Amino acid sequence: MARHPTRSGGSSRLWNWLLLIPFIALLWVPFYNFVEPALWGIPFFYWYQFLWVILTSALIIWVHYKND
Amino acid sequence: MNWTAIIVFVLLFGAVTIIGFAAAHWRRGDLDVLDEWGLAGRRLGTVVVWFLLGGDVYTAYTFIAVPALVFGAGAIGFFALPYTIIVYPLVFLILPRMWSVAHKHNFITAGDFVQGRYGNKWLVLAVAITGIVATMPYIALQLLGLQVVIGAMGVGTVGFYGDLPLIIAFIILAAFTYTSGLRAPAMIAVVKDTLIYITVLAMVIVIPIELGGYGKMFAMIPPAKLLLAGPKDGNLGQFSAYATLALGSAFALFLYPHTMTAVLSSNSREVIRRNAAYLPAYSFMLGLLALTGFMALAVGVDKLPEFAPQFAQYGSNFAVPALILHTFPDWFAGVAFAAIGIGGLVPAAIMSIAASNLFTRNIYVQFIRPNCTPKQEAQNAKITSLIVKFGALLFIIFLPLQYAIQLQLLGGIWISQTIPAVIVGLYTRWLNPWALIIGWAAGLIAGTWMAASLSFQSAVFPLAVDGFTVPGYAALYALAINFAVSIVLSLLFNQILATRGTDLTSAADYRV
Repeated sequence: MARHPTRSGGSSRLWNWLLLIPFIALLWVPFYNFVEPALWGIPFFYWYQFLWVILTSALIIWVHYKND
Repeated sequence: MNWTAIIVFVLLFGAVTIIGFAAAHWRRGDLDVLDEWGLAGRRLGTVVVWFLLGGDVYTAYTFIAVPALVFGAGAIGFFALPYTIIVYPLVFLILPRMWSVAHKHNFITAGDFVQGRYGNKWLVLAVAITGIVATMPYIALQLLGLQVVIGAMGVGTVGFYGDLPLIIAFIILAAFTYTSGLRAPAMIAVVKDTLIYITVLAMVIVIPIELGGYGKMFAMIPPAKLLLAGPKDGNLGQFSAYATLALGSAFALFLYPHTMTAVLSSNSREVIRRNAAYLPAYSFMLGLLALTGFMALAVGVDKLPEFAPQFAQYGSNFAVPALILHTFPDWFAGVAFAAIGIGGLVPAAIMSIAASNLFTRNIYVQFIRPNCTPKQEAQNAKITSLIVKFGALLFIIFLPLQYAIQLQLLGGIWISQTIPAVIVGLYTRWLNPWALIIGWAAGLIAGTWMAASLSFQSAVFPLAVDGFTVPGYAALYALAINFAVSIVLSLLFNQILATRGTDLTSAADYRV
């Protein structure tokens, strides 16, 4: 009852929508099914997906921080 | 026989055995109570849960099978990476709700939650049986991972003496799980992951150097394996297969009983939220591991005469062990094989605990012996965990390997059919429990039929829509049918109040 309304259901929850981005970036394969631009000889297909490991982790940390 | 590797392997295995038994004394609790034995007293903090969930997701079988798929089929095998990326936003958003409601009501399994939420024991039975049946072949595949590395050290794995090392490893596993419960895999997971990180890092640094760099390595991969085959002639090709495999596997992952067990053993919902941010470190490693499949291809390990017999026996599952033997000195091969072998023990222990929690809480207590004491409940779970593991062992020894792989593939399709009851149930109980049962059955039948139409060789079903073919993960297609049936029948059944059951949970329980 005494909870602050914005904490449990208000604007901070909007940040959760950011977590949709990795789904779009990774599930739409035409975004990244290429060899070029290669990075240190690693085709785009591979380094792009590795990059999203870090980006997703960063997004989750950000949303977590904003939710608290 | 590779004696150096065997000695290192046995030493590390012995150390882990001691840790497994010693774990009973760690954060001591009364192991005659089920949530002490089966959830380590719900006292695990961020770091231990990180290792435990890591041990769950990245198993011995993963270590062998993911590179094997990349080695054999190329880029499509890489779906394991997007799968283990998108799973974490889902973990972050959904699983804290599960933790909260489970903590509040002392739920130990997904079945317990369904019982509390819908008050329908037949729906609970459906969820429990699906969980147990999907887990069994998974445990068998962990033993397979162990068998492959034992074979790699030159120990024959045919006949009774060939099975002996596996039987010994199994007895060790069974004994420490029985005495220490979830505490054992929690502690061993720390050792296992340290060894696995060392092995993977060594592989992805040393091997590309020998091959002349990553650029040279990728240049040696046939173009057809380097990228996904795109849409052509009214067929979406590997694009839709890749995306649906990633998405479907992500959803299935936290329905598996062993994931639920690790999540519920956390000491707060914060532990889960933090882990969602930190667990991607494992995904990075998994991606590197997948690349070792390409390294094996570039080295051409399957064409080296010394590995011919093992390739004949294990097929592309031997790609990584062969690469390790080819590249590293014997002692390091021993470390790497111990990492894979112990990497099988941890999830096998968690899986057998999870399956026996399900059996005990949602079948034994519910249907067979409703008035049993907490001590009898815990005792029953311990014995069930032995039976489950023993079943998995018999499976690997007596049945063709192909069966375990096919059943595990079906298991993924089946477990996904509990999403409407378990995951949607965390948000709303609008779906009617009887509708959910029928939807579950429809999804199960449809999914099994799709896999059968592919002779159980693949989970990618070529769905034809209006002359257009969309190959996709059968689990998701079956889930769509499941949802359609559940929703339509709920509209109907919800008119009859008596079918709705009682809800013991309240909206606030999901947030505390």
